Amino acid sequence: MSDITRMTAAELGRRLGAKELSAVEVATAHLDRVAEVEGKVHAFLHVDRDGALEAARAVDAARAKGDEVGPLAGVPIAVKDVIATRGVPTTAGSKILEGWRPPYDATITTRLRAAGLVMLGKTNMDEFAMGSSTEYSAYGPTFNPWDTTRIPGGSGGGSAAAVAAYEAPLAIGTDTGGSIRQPAAVTGTVGAKPTYGGTSRYGLIAFSSSLDTPGPCARTVEDAALLHAIIGGHDPRDSTSIPQPVPDVVGAARLGASGDLSGVRLGLVKEFAGDGAEPGVAAAYRESVDALVKLGADVVEVSCPNFKFALPAYYLIAPSECSSNLARFDGVRFGLRTGDDGKHSLEEVMQLTREEGFGPEVKRRIILGTYALSAGYYDAYYGQAQKVRTLITRDFQAAFEVADVLVAPTTPFVAFPLGSRTSDPYQMYLADLYTIPSNLYGGPAISVPAGLSEGLPVGLQIMAPTMADDRMYRVAAALESALPALTPPAL
Amino acid sequence: MATISREEVAHLARLARLAVTDEELDTFAGQLDVILQAVAQVGEVAAIDVPPTSHSVPLTNVYRDDVVVPGLSREDALAGAPDAEDNRFRVPRILDEEA
Repeated sequence: MSDITRMTAAELGRRLGAKELSAVEVATAHLDRVAEVEGKVHAFLHVDRDGALEAARAVDAARAKGDEVGPLAGVPIAVKDVIATRGVPTTAGSKILEGWRPPYDATITTRLRAAGLVMLGKTNMDEFAMGSSTEYSAYGPTFNPWDTTRIPGGSGGGSAAAVAAYEAPLAIGTDTGGSIRQPAAVTGTVGAKPTYGGTSRYGLIAFSSSLDTPGPCARTVEDAALLHAIIGGHDPRDSTSIPQPVPDVVGAARLGASGDLSGVRLGLVKEFAGDGAEPGVAAAYRESVDALVKLGADVVEVSCPNFKFALPAYYLIAPSECSSNLARFDGVRFGLRTGDDGKHSLEEVMQLTREEGFGPEVKRRIILGTYALSAGYYDAYYGQAQKVRTLITRDFQAAFEVADVLVAPTTPFVAFPLGSRTSDPYQMYLADLYTIPSNLYGGPAISVPAGLSEGLPVGLQIMAPTMADDRMYRVAAALESALPALTPPAL
Repeated sequence: MATISREEVAHLARLARLAVTDEELDTFAGQLDVILQAVAQVGEVAAIDVPPTSHSVPLTNVYRDDVVVPGLSREDALAGAPDAEDNRFRVPRILDEEA
């Protein structure tokens, strides 16, 4: 493996800027690494070698001409396959979109291109981002670089595994109930869910529109912040985009890296203080809190009594929204069409197309959402879940009266063996137990490596108030500076 | 007692335009029953006076300026369609009509 693939995005950016490295060299090193390890990891659904080299040549040409380019121009990136990339296959991990090439770029894609990042390809994911293990991808699972018999988390297991396996220094994920943070935790990487509305959803294939949030995946907190700053900020094409600048996440990450947390108030969520977590995860959580205290943080215990209803509320709200969003996959405008033989009506063709094109988890959630929105059940399920959402928001607001950030484990268990939870959907849902509250509230949250349990990575989750994304980066960078870096075994 | 029957699942699948198989119905009915019993916990919250939250960002009436901007060309819009004819999406028969 070349040293280039071990470098952080920040370092690659510096060396590219100093012309010690060319973007073509950097892209080639990563593409070679992809070719070397993909047989074991399967992080990518599509590798765009030609497109990456072309983008890299353009960055080199711009630098040679003396054009001003961004700090990460020429740095490679992997993009979750749920983000539209013009002319590059985009499937959302589903058979129903096999072979689809979007006719437009998502805002995230546009911003990456404008910043000169070099897109290596599209990463594997649970179908339509529904899952916590990447096993619900229609194209086969991704394997955890730490132990290839285990899951890399989900839904963004491909993005996290690509970063952990040194196939890319950066990746884009999306987080609806934990799909950036939980994969980061179980692959020993950093993953941040920005404030909802802080990153644009335009061109993100919708799963649950009131929760979906794109964000950065990286190996260091500073790299995640650099990427966050590039993709974040107001987008007039997304009506839920917050019309405010991105908080200074890069400055906060650098401040945190100094290792001083004097005066920062850490709220330990009583309900998530290791209860329900594996013993090794609970131990790593306590040790990381101790490390933060040594850096000067003050600790206060906070109670969020409604957090225990977050998982049930989420599994009503998200399926309800998905049952509506996924109605667009009807075999008319894009993707698969089945049964169009002149004998079947349009409605029958839609039914056959959706039956063939969707996998079991997507069908379960569509049916569940259809049920929760049905007359007679609406008040008891969807309506009540929306009220729980209000109560969870109030819990956060009360906690942030006494704490600057809240901390909890990212996920209750380390990477589990492939196949161990697929037959029992609710056991899979429990992976999101600690990540969901921030999605329902809308505030930012980050997962940062917090040591190992039985040789596998554990993540600490840091949650901050809405539009205070900088706070979580500061605390995450401080923890990173205090703990030894995690390096997966050679593949 | 099961919260959801096989017949209800079949009905919901029809509403959702999913031509599910008998085998899927058997599997889904059991799994959805487990899920529904778990998510029904939201009913334990006494929330009569609590307003619902549909969305975490309190933005309303978000308009863009009424300016013409380039959109997709017809060719681009049709490029991914399973079938197109005369610059339109072609779909199977919708109404019964004489051949």
